[in-house]
Amino acid sequence: MRKDEYQKLVSEYTPKENKWKNAVIAFLVGGLVGLTGQVIVTILQNSFGMEVMESYSWLCVIIIFLASLATALGFFDNWVSKCKAGLFLPTTGFAHSVTSAALDYRKDGFITGLGSSFFKLAGSVILYGIISAFFLGILGVIIYG
Amino acid sequence: MIFLKAFLVTGLFCFIAQVIMDNTKLTPGHITSLFVVFGAVLSFFGLYSKLIEFGGAGATVLISNFGHMLYMGAIEGFHEVGVLGLASGLLVKSSLAIVSAVVIAFVLALIFKPKN
Repeated sequence: MRKDEYQKLVSEYTPKENKWKNAVIAFLVGGLVGLTGQVIVTILQNSFGMEVMESYSWLCVIIIFLASLATALGFFDNWVSKCKAGLFLPTTGFAHSVTSAALDYRKDGFITGLGSSFFKLAGSVILYGIISAFFLGILGVIIYG
Repeated sequence: MIFLKAFLVTGLFCFIAQVIMDNTKLTPGHITSLFVVFGAVLSFFGLYSKLIEFGGAGATVLISNFGHMLYMGAIEGFHEVGVLGLASGLLVKSSLAIVSAVVIAFVLALIFKPKN
């Protein structure tokens, strides 16, 4: 069988996912995460008398904690596979990737497993974040002074 | 009103990410990295602060906020201590997110066993 014939066959049998449905789910779930964040921030500001920036910092920790806990309890993988970008694009996705790597690789030992694979998934976020911020920072300092 | 705006900002970013993912071969790993860089670029043009003004927590829960924090850290570091501040200040603002994710993930990994 030729390569293109094979590819045609594969694409026929690959289940078609409804793209618009996925996008709408991502929009709704993502929106719900943002809305929940805003509710938490408002409560922190009004009931705990926090400054705006302080409440954002606390929200960051709360979101990371909740997503990590849901990952450790085993819910989160299921939710991500259903809600997709709605859950992996917010900070929840970052927390999920770190926690699931920590859980999965612990069996290979604390140094060779957990330690060396801890940032296996989140590493690219940190790497490209630092690289882009560093060079944009140089550019920004040159342009804006 | 701020609640609706927060909903729209996070929702729209996730919508775009999902459309990119469904129409390309990129994985969630590619897309989160892409959006972190995108956040730093928005921050470079001064747009991410505006997005936070508009969408409040809806903008700060996004992974793009990480790029924004890194960029702002570098710039503030530069204004405080000069050229070396670009590097020494870079992680200052995002330290909270990284350290809390590391500590929480590590402690949870000690307590819980992986499912399935």
